[in-house]
Amino acid sequence: MRPLGLLATVLSGALLISACGGTTRENSTGNGGPTGSATTANPQAPLRTGLKITYLPKQVNNPYFTVVRGGAENAGKELQAEVKTTGPSDASAASQVTYINTAAQQRQDALVLAANDPNAVAPALKTARAQGMKVVTLDSDVAADARDVFVNQVNSTDIAVKQIELLAEAIGGEGEFAILSATANATNQNTWIEIMKQELVKPRYTKLKLVETAYGNDDDQTSFQKTQALLAAHPNLKGIISPTTVGIAAAARYLSSSAYQGKVALTGLGTPNQLRAFVKNGTVKSFALWEPAKLGYLATQAAAALASGRVTGSQGQKFAAGSLGEYTIGQSGEIVLGPPTVFTTDNVDRFDF
Amino acid sequence: MKALLRWETALVFVLLVIALSAGSGFRSSQNLFYLGLDIGEIALIALPLTIVVVAGEIDLSVASVLGLSSALIGVLWQANWPLEAILPVVIVVGALCGALNGFLVTTLGLPSLAVTIGTLALYRGLALVLLGDTAVADFPPSYTSFGTQPVPGTGIPWPMLLFALLAVVFGVLLHASSYGRAVFAIGANAEAARFAGIRVRQVKFLAFTLAGAVAALAGIVYTLRFSSARADNGAGLELAVVAAVLLGGVSIFGGRGTLFGVIAGVLVLGALRNVLILNDVPTEVLTIVTGLLLLVSVLAPIRGRQDP
Repeated sequence: MRPLGLLATVLSGALLISACGGTTRENSTGNGGPTGSATTANPQAPLRTGLKITYLPKQVNNPYFTVVRGGAENAGKELQAEVKTTGPSDASAASQVTYINTAAQQRQDALVLAANDPNAVAPALKTARAQGMKVVTLDSDVAADARDVFVNQVNSTDIAVKQIELLAEAIGGEGEFAILSATANATNQNTWIEIMKQELVKPRYTKLKLVETAYGNDDDQTSFQKTQALLAAHPNLKGIISPTTVGIAAAARYLSSSAYQGKVALTGLGTPNQLRAFVKNGTVKSFALWEPAKLGYLATQAAAALASGRVTGSQGQKFAAGSLGEYTIGQSGEIVLGPPTVFTTDNVDRFDF
Repeated sequence: MKALLRWETALVFVLLVIALSAGSGFRSSQNLFYLGLDIGEIALIALPLTIVVVAGEIDLSVASVLGLSSALIGVLWQANWPLEAILPVVIVVGALCGALNGFLVTTLGLPSLAVTIGTLALYRGLALVLLGDTAVADFPPSYTSFGTQPVPGTGIPWPMLLFALLAVVFGVLLHASSYGRAVFAIGANAEAARFAGIRVRQVKFLAFTLAGAVAALAGIVYTLRFSSARADNGAGLELAVVAAVLLGGVSIFGGRGTLFGVIAGVLVLGALRNVLILNDVPTEVLTIVTGLLLLVSVLAPIRGRQDP
């Protein structure tokens, strides 16, 4: 191939995309802040039907987000909205951006997403919002100016306090305990642990002693070994709190296969399906978690309220969230699902997630 | 050569079929703009990687160099360096990463597959040491707009313009310079090339160094596009780039391939992915399609060579 000919073909190839692109992209410069059509909420506005809502989980085929999806789809049915799920197969920071752009491109009315990175998705979300799409985050928030509302599964204090309460109950209010967390720099876990430590200062918990915080890196095998190590290092250990679904399942597996079963209490955050057997064999007396299906349901209801102009995301606005009742938007657009659900042998069979 | 040309013609044909059969959503200027952004880093890295593969080598560390440069941008930005000073440093560090690959492969004579699997882990590890799990995101919009906005007055994303310029440079380098002829000669038969007086080591060393430098440049584009400097940026991207290069008709055994084919390969993979996502095709299917396409691309040129 002759150099000149080659050059021409290389150039044309490289410019193919942009050449097809034509002139200036609309809205290319207008990706400032929120520019929703309605700047004031009209609580009386009729709830729109036929809304197109995209649900974008951190990654598809993640069991947790599949349960969230079920809730979102239920809300969609009630609202006569079209809810579809799309997303990347890996939970990397940037992989969601393509799907956000696609949702904007498909003129979806609202996007419900759990962000892999608070910042990487922000520019795409801002552009999409500038085009009129409402953005609701759940589970993991993004920069506040890149979404309309954030549906938080639980208040950090509630979840931390509840776990200490469950532990105290399980070990009779006194003794040594350890925490088996996820990674050493997991933001939510560390927040909870910090609140737990503050809680321990209270008079009723003076006989509880936190002896070690171990990190299982949210890896089943590592968490299993760390449990083993905790029990070896602290012969007087009475209980373990594992504020991570991976950690608590691994710890339960170790305990139930060891002489410590029933002697060392285990509680924390887990799912009923993971822990059902361990609740029934006495390894775990009680554990807590929010209900992911309710999370998806509430976020979808919020998305519909936003797209219908009933709320704009400002603090103090109220909206009806179907079977969950009325919710009020809190500071910086945050909506809290509610207190965590506690699972025991009495109710564990009623849940499937 | 004929077989290769046929392959490239086929790629362009596939691209046209995609562009024409996909709905109007695909052809909208907004979607093409997003597509241009999406393939930006892969397209950039594919250019020097083509030279590396034609020379009979492979570089799997490119995505880690991207991550390392992103982490470096984050760390230096946190240390209050101005971006004008950060960017050249990052590219130099990228070139040094590539040069280390080149040194290990040429001077020590180690196989590039093993070397770059090693540095894939090494560079990513260094990135994690530099920045850890944190993300640096407070870059000024005047810079991040480079990664998200079109060139004023056009629908062309900035990274695509950068790519077009580099494509010309690399096109000339590979197909119209004595360096390029040396690359093809080495890829076809390194021993014969050495006897013909070609400085095999220098040629390969330069190819790896270029790959490192351009991967760092892609790291800059990536960081600004997502306005997020992270150590895990671009993880796994090396496979997408290698896929694009091979789909473009470059022989994994070296000595054969054209930059035009690679560019067509990048566009086909990018457009296909875009169309499938736009039509709500599940991610699993997307992965399967990419895998099958890669198999076809490795098989087809070999078949063409055996059966002239």
